[in-house]
Amino acid sequence: MDRATRREFLKAAAGVGMAVALAPRPAAATPATMQEAIRRVVGTARVTPGRVKLELPPLSENGNTVPLTVSVESAMTAEEHVRAIHLFNEKNPQPDVASFHFGPRAGRARVATRIRLADTQAVTAIAELSDGSFWSASANVVVTLAACLEDA
Amino acid sequence: MAGALINVPERARRGEIIEIKTLVSHPMETGYRRTQLGAPIPRDIIRTFVCTYNGTEIFRAELHPAIAANPFLVFSTVATESGTLSFQWTGDNGFALTESAAIRVE
Repeated sequence: MDRATRREFLKAAAGVGMAVALAPRPAAATPATMQEAIRRVVGTARVTPGRVKLELPPLSENGNTVPLTVSVESAMTAEEHVRAIHLFNEKNPQPDVASFHFGPRAGRARVATRIRLADTQAVTAIAELSDGSFWSASANVVVTLAACLEDA
Repeated sequence: MAGALINVPERARRGEIIEIKTLVSHPMETGYRRTQLGAPIPRDIIRTFVCTYNGTEIFRAELHPAIAANPFLVFSTVATESGTLSFQWTGDNGFALTESAAIRVE
């Protein structure tokens, strides 16, 4: 009797284990979906690396708040300014992070915020200039404690 | 309830580039987490932030779940004239918050 209970218990436990392992995880963004998200914003225009400065810590202990600063060298005049900066990631459940829109009144194309990173990955910033050109920068971050995955 | 912290210099010289810092209290629930019972927690985030200077939009941000809880934003503007800067956050579940700050330009 005792044995049977033990067997039953193990069977049940294994079942639960399987169920947890097979539970659907939210679809994660991949480098390919990031490229797709970038294409959605950029269209068919060419994205040139450069002009954008993306500052992120190379190693982050807590993926729930990773400080980020992005800036673009620009005179920020009515004729020549940065229209927007878009941020993307490779491995969070969703490739978009944020979009910031500026105008000549901003004075400086620079923004700082704190983001979430679910895994060690590359973050990409794309700047859209008033002449229609796109510039980009990427940074790699090693994340020790991932965001998004813990239960509430 | 929700509250916001805003840091704007009280006075500035005309033409000077000033830095504005905003922090708003909000959980930014991603919509990807589950409770211990496995039930998904619905998304609850701030979607947009707009800053206007005497009625003119100077900065706008569209946020996604990848923005950390209590969204913190630092940006800048040119001090053109005395007046008010107003800040507006809107998000899921009818979240709306407006704050303003005065600036004196001399």
